[in-house]
Amino acid sequence: MGEMKKIKNLKEFSTSADRFEGANLLCPGCAHSIIVREILNATNDDLVLSASTGCLEVCTAVYPYTSWDASWIHIGFENGSTAVAGAEAMHKALKRKGRLKQPDRDVKFVSFAGDGASYDIGFQWISGCMERGHNMMHVVLDNEVYANTGGQRSSSTPIGASATTSPAGRVSYGEKKNKKDMVAIMAAHGIPYSAQVAPNKWKDMVKKIQHGLSVDGPVFINAMSPCTTEWKFDPKDTMMISDLATDSLVFPLYEIIDGHKLNITYRPKNIVPVEEYLAAQGRFKHLFKDEYKHLIKEWQERVDKNWEMLQRREEAGV
Amino acid sequence: MAFEKMELNEVEVWDGNFAAAQAMRQVQIDVVSAYPITPSTPIVEGYAKFLADGYIEGEFMMVESEHAAMSGCIGAAAAGGRVATATSSQGLALMAETLYQASGMRLPIVLNIVNRALAAPLNVNGDHSDMYMVRDSGWIQFDAYNPQEVYDLNLIAFKVAEDHDVRLPAVVNQDGFMTSHTASNVRPLSDDEAYNFVGEFKPMNDMLDLDNPVTHGVQTEEDWHFEHKARQHNDLMTKVFPKIQEAFDAFEKLTGRRYNMVEKYLLDDAEVAVVAMGTSVETAVEVARELREEGIKAGVIGIRVFRPWPFEYIAEAIKGLKAIGTLDRSSPNGALGALYNEFAGVLVNSDQKTVLTNYVYGLGGRDLTKAHLREIFKELKANADAGKPTTELQQLIGVRGPKLAYL
Repeated sequence: MGEMKKIKNLKEFSTSADRFEGANLLCPGCAHSIIVREILNATNDDLVLSASTGCLEVCTAVYPYTSWDASWIHIGFENGSTAVAGAEAMHKALKRKGRLKQPDRDVKFVSFAGDGASYDIGFQWISGCMERGHNMMHVVLDNEVYANTGGQRSSSTPIGASATTSPAGRVSYGEKKNKKDMVAIMAAHGIPYSAQVAPNKWKDMVKKIQHGLSVDGPVFINAMSPCTTEWKFDPKDTMMISDLATDSLVFPLYEIIDGHKLNITYRPKNIVPVEEYLAAQGRFKHLFKDEYKHLIKEWQERVDKNWEMLQRREEAGV
Repeated sequence: MAFEKMELNEVEVWDGNFAAAQAMRQVQIDVVSAYPITPSTPIVEGYAKFLADGYIEGEFMMVESEHAAMSGCIGAAAAGGRVATATSSQGLALMAETLYQASGMRLPIVLNIVNRALAAPLNVNGDHSDMYMVRDSGWIQFDAYNPQEVYDLNLIAFKVAEDHDVRLPAVVNQDGFMTSHTASNVRPLSDDEAYNFVGEFKPMNDMLDLDNPVTHGVQTEEDWHFEHKARQHNDLMTKVFPKIQEAFDAFEKLTGRRYNMVEKYLLDDAEVAVVAMGTSVETAVEVARELREEGIKAGVIGIRVFRPWPFEYIAEAIKGLKAIGTLDRSSPNGALGALYNEFAGVLVNSDQKTVLTNYVYGLGGRDLTKAHLREIFKELKANADAGKPTTELQQLIGVRGPKLAYL
C-alpha cells in the first residue's frame, strides 16, 4: 500500500487527475459517473478495474473509444467480479514468479456492477469472489432497477416503486417485494469490510474506499446511485435526491468490520420524513393516491425499524 | 516455497486425465481457474495435488461454477499470463457464453474438454455432443484419440494459442472414460523439454502492464462488430493452420511423433473409408486392417483439427474414395450429422463421384463395436460398387428396437 492519499476539501478532490474521463455517454445527472470518479480519485495506487454489462459499461467503452485511463475489462453481465478476481490471481502468480513489469507498484482490483448484475444475475459470482478471499473490492452502483435495459425491476427495487416489469397500474402499486439486504448477505461471508456509501457524502465515501483498499481480502461496497431516468427526477436534482435518501435514513450509511461489527458512519442532524424522499421521485408518484397512502406509512415504519436495528447492532459492539 | 520439478519415467502409465494434468503442470500455468465435473474432474484434482505437493508455482482458483471458471480464466488471461482449465458436458454448456467472450477477446486460454453426453436424460459417459455444441465458438479445437495424444496435443495447443499471430483460445478434446479413465503407456517429455517446447509466455495487451492501461471487452454495434468477427474468422481461416503445422513439425522433430490436420489410415489405395473422431478412430483402423484381408480396400479418416475445419486437407485425403461413411457421435436432432454436412461441403464442388452416408452412433457412452464397423464398411463397399447409396443416408447404429434410418 502506498501512502494514503490526503483529500481535505472538495476543490482538492475535484482537481485530482482523472482516470475516469468525463467523456462518456452516461445520462446527465447520472450518479454512476460521480461515484466512480469519487472512488478512483480516492487512491493514488494503480488500478485494474472491471465493469459488468450495464449502463456504466455500455457508456464508457464504445469502440474505438474508452473513458478509462486504467486497465479495465468487461466480459458479461454476471461475471465482472470474477474477471477482476482472475486478474488478481494472475498478479499474485506473476509476483511470486518475478514476472511483474512494475514489481514495486501497488495494484488495487475493483469491480463495478449494477444492482441487477450484483443482487440478481451476478450474485453467485460475487459470493464466490468474497468467499475465496481475493484482494479485491466489488462496488454495486445501486440504482434499484435494470436501468440499461429500460427500467425493469431487480431484487434491489423497493416496495411501491413502479418499474417496467412491476408497473403501477389500475390494480397495482408496483413492486411488491422489499429490497434485498445485500450488505448483510455479503458481510455474512465474513469478509473484512463491507459498507454502504452515497455520492452526496463524499468524505464518508473516500474514507470507506481508502479503508477498503487498505485491508487484506475482499471488500463489498453498496453505493446508492440515484437514476434520473428511472427514478424520474430532474437531472439537476441528483444530489438533492441523495441527501433525501441519506437524511431520511432510507439509505443509511454504515460499515461492517470482519462480517460482524457494525458502525454507523452518518447520523443526520435532522431526520427527514420518508414521505419527502418518495414525493421527490416519479417512480413513487402513485403512492400518493388515497388507496395507497398506507404504504407510505409502512415505508416510514420499515425505515424506523431498520435504523433501530442498526443502532442496536452498533451499541452491541460485537 | 520454491516449486520442484518432477522426475518422470521414459514410459509412464497415465490415463487421459492425468496426461492432461501432467502437461498442465509442465508448462507452468500461471492461473488455473476451474470447477470439477465428471469425467474431467481428475484433471483438476491432479493439478490440485501437484499444487499441494509443491510442484506448481502458479495460482489455482477453485471457483463456484464452470461459468465462473472460464470468467476467471478470461480475467487472468487479460491480465497477462498462461491460463488453462478443464471441463465436460453440462459444465461446458454452462461455460458456453464465456467461450465466445474468450475467443472474441483474443485470449489464448487452453481448455481440456473431456467429451461427455448432454442431458436430458442425464448421462456421464462419453459422446461428442459437448464438442459439437461449441464448435462455432471461435476456439481452435484439437481431438485426441488416446492419453499420449492428450499429453502431446496439450503442449501443442499452448504453443499455437499463445503465438502472437494467433492469440486464440484452444480446446483439446478427449473421450470421456474411454480416454480419460483408461490408463495406457505415455511417453512424456522431461519437465524442461516440455516447458521449452511451449516457451515462455509473452504477454500482449496485458492489464498488468501498469504504464500502458488497456481496455478489454468493449461494446461494438453495427458499426464495428462485423469487422471484429471478420478478423477473427479470417485469422482462423488463414493464419492458424500454418502455425499448427509449425508446431506439429517442431513436435515431430523433438519426439518423433507425427500429427496431421487430418489423420489418414490405410487411405493410399482405399475405395471406402469411415470418418471418425476420438477413440472410435483406433477401433475403425483395426477393423479396416481386418477387412483388407477379406478384400475390402478400407481406410479411415481421423479428424485431428476440428476447428478451423481442415477443408483442403480433407479434399486431398478423400481423393479416389468411392464411398465415405461419416460417423457422428452426437444426436443431430433433426438434421444430418455435422461431419456429414462438413464432408458434403468438401465434396459438392469436386469432380469426384463419392457416395456419402451418415452414421449416428455411441450416444451416452454406447459402445461402437468392431461388428458395427464391419457392417458399416460392408455397406460402404456396396455403395461404392453401386455408385449410389444402397442404404438410407442416415442410420442410427447400436440403438434398441426397430432400425432407425432416414432419407
